[in-house]
Amino acid sequence: MNFFFEVLIGGLLSGVMYALVALGFVLIYKASGVFNFAQGAMVYLAALSVVGVMEWGAPLWLAVILAFVIMTLFGIATEKFVLRKLVNQPPIALFMATIGLAFFIEGLAPMVFGSAPRALELGIVDEPIPWILDNWNMVISRFDLVAAGVASVLVASLALFFQYTRVGRALRAVADDHQAALSIGIPLQNIWAIVWGVAGFVALVAGMMWGARNGVQFALTFTALKALPVLILGGFTSVPGAIVGGLIIGASEKLPRSTFRRSCRTFLAATSAASRAGSRMFWRCCSCSSGPRGCLAKNTLIACKGR
Amino acid sequence: MLYREAGQFKTTYAADQQLFPIRQDRIGVIALLAVAFLGVPLFASEYWFSAILIPFLIFALAALGLNILTGYAGQLSLGSAAFMAVGAYAAYNFQLRIEGIPLLVSFIFAGLTAAGVGILFGLPSLRIKGFYLAVATLAAQFFIVWCLTKFPWLSNNSSSGVISTQKLIIFGHELTTPVEKYLLVLSIVVVMALAAKNMVRSSTGRAWMAVRDMDVAASVIGIRLMPTKLLAFAVSSFYCGVAGALYAFCYLGSVEPDGFSLEMSFRILFMIIIGGVGSIMGSFLGAAFILLLPIFLDVTLPFLANLFGLPFSSATVSHIQITVFGALIMFFLIVEPHGLARLWQIAKEKLRLWPFPH
Repeated sequence: MNFFFEVLIGGLLSGVMYALVALGFVLIYKASGVFNFAQGAMVYLAALSVVGVMEWGAPLWLAVILAFVIMTLFGIATEKFVLRKLVNQPPIALFMATIGLAFFIEGLAPMVFGSAPRALELGIVDEPIPWILDNWNMVISRFDLVAAGVASVLVASLALFFQYTRVGRALRAVADDHQAALSIGIPLQNIWAIVWGVAGFVALVAGMMWGARNGVQFALTFTALKALPVLILGGFTSVPGAIVGGLIIGASEKLPRSTFRRSCRTFLAATSAASRAGSRMFWRCCSCSSGPRGCLAKNTLIACKGR
Repeated sequence: MLYREAGQFKTTYAADQQLFPIRQDRIGVIALLAVAFLGVPLFASEYWFSAILIPFLIFALAALGLNILTGYAGQLSLGSAAFMAVGAYAAYNFQLRIEGIPLLVSFIFAGLTAAGVGILFGLPSLRIKGFYLAVATLAAQFFIVWCLTKFPWLSNNSSSGVISTQKLIIFGHELTTPVEKYLLVLSIVVVMALAAKNMVRSSTGRAWMAVRDMDVAASVIGIRLMPTKLLAFAVSSFYCGVAGALYAFCYLGSVEPDGFSLEMSFRILFMIIIGGVGSIMGSFLGAAFILLLPIFLDVTLPFLANLFGLPFSSATVSHIQITVFGALIMFFLIVEPHGLARLWQIAKEKLRLWPFPH
C-alpha cells in the first residue's frame, strides 16, 4: 500500500508538470480561440534563452528576467505580425499558422543560442526528501514538490489575475465573445498581446521546470505533445481542467507501469508494455465518450447534473 | 490571347463534361505528359531520378491524398505519414506472404489496407471536429508507428522493424534502373491524379465540399454525413497508402517505422498549404516547392555565406531551413491562403486578356 501511494504521489506530481504546459495552451485558446501548436516550441525557446543568457555570464535571476522579456516581446510580435493578419480566417488556418510558428521557433532558437543539450541548474536537487523517507518510508522527490508548489502558485496567481484585475476582467470578456467585448470598448489587439505575453510567461516556468528535470534540449518541444491528452481530457477552455487532467494523466501513466506490474505481472504484462501509447489511446476514448469538450467543460458538467 | 476559350463550342454533352474543357488546357496536359514520359527519361540524369523526380511524384501523391481529406472534405489530418507506413508495410507483407502475387495487385491491396485503417481512425470525425479531430489523427500517427515497432510479425521479425522491400517485378520484367522506377511511379501517379480530378467533380466530390463548407447545411440537403466523411477518409488513406508503398518499394528500398514520423506528416500538410488547399494541381506544386526548397537553400546558403565571409556550418543550414519553412507557412497563410494553385489561376486570368487587357 505504501508503494502504491508513493507511485500515486509521484504520478500526481509529474502530472503537475504536464499541467504546466497544458496551462499555456488553455490560456491562449480561451482568449483568442487559437489552438497554439507552438506552445511546446515556446517552452523550448524559454528554457533555451534562460540557459543561453546564463552562458553569456548572467546570474540566474537576470537570465530569468531577460528570458521573460524575450518571451513577452516574442508573444507581442506573434500577435502583431501573424495573428492580427489572420483575423476572420477559419480556426484551422490559425492552427496551421501556429504549426508554422513552431517550426520558425525551432529553427531560430538554436541558431541564436546553440543546439547542444545543456543542463539547467536551478539549485533544487532531484532527490528524495529524507524526512518523508524516514517517517513514511516513501520516496518523494524534493524537485517534484517544488514543481508542484510553483504550479499551484502560478495557477492561484493566474486565477486572482483573471478574477480581480481590470485586465483579467477584459480577458474574460474577450474569451466569452469577441464582438461584444469590442463593442464595449475593450481593445482586442492589446488583450491578445497580453495573453500571448502571459502564455510566454507560463512557457518560461514550464521550460525551467522541464529543463531542470530533463536538460535543455530539442526534446522539450515534445512536451507539447505530452500535454495534448491532458487538454483533451480537461477541455481546451478550462484552467482547472488542465490541472485535473494533468493529475489524472500523470497518475494513470505511472500507476499501471509500476504497481500492477509488481502485483500481477503476468496478467498485465501487455497492458504495462502498452502503457505509453495505450494510456493515451485510452484517455482519448474516454474523453470522446465524456463529451468532446473535455470532462470539465460547462455543458458536460450540466449534463452530468441533469442525469 | 494565348488562353482564350472563345470559339470553342460544346456541341455534345460529352464535350461539355470532359475533364479539361478548354483546348489549351488539353494541349498543355498532353504536352506535359509527353515531356514527363518521353522527354525526361532522355535527358535527366540518374541523380535527378532517384533524388528529385521519384520523391517528388510520391510526395505529390501523398499530398493529393491529404488534399482530398483536408482540402475537399475539410477534415484536418495529422496522420498522413502513418497511413503511408500502413501502405508500405502492407505491400511488403502481401508480397512476402502471398506466393506469386503481382506487384501492382499488392500495391492496390496495400492501398485498401490503408483505407481500412483510415476508416477506423476516421470514425471519431463523426462526433468531433476541428482541433479535436486533428488530435485524434495525431493518435493514429503515434499508434501506428508504435504498432509497427511493437509487433515483429509485421516486419517479418527484423530488428527494430526495418523492412527491405522485394524486387520490383512487373509482368515478368524486373525494374532495376531509376528510369524504370520513375516510369512506374509516374504511371501510377498520373492514373491516380486523373482519377482524383474526376472524383472531386463527381457527386462524391461535391458532397465532400458541401460537408467541408457547412456540415449541417449538407445534411439538410440530404447528404449523409457518416458515409461521406468515412469515404473521404478511405479514399485519402488509399492514396497515402499507395504513396507509402511506392515510397518503400521505388524510392528507399528499405524503410523503418520511425521514418514515417510526425515530421513527415507535417511536411505533407505544408505541401498542401503552400500548394493550395482544395486543388489537385496544388498538391503537385506544393510537393515540388517543399522538396526543392531545401536543395535550393543547400546550394545558395554556402554561396551567400562565402560572399559575406560569414562562419558557416551544416547545422546552421538545417536550422535556417526549418526557420524558412515556418516563415513561409505563415507567409502563405497570411498573403495567399489558397496557395500556389491560386497564383496559377490568377496567371491564367491574366493570360486570357494578355496582351490587350482592356
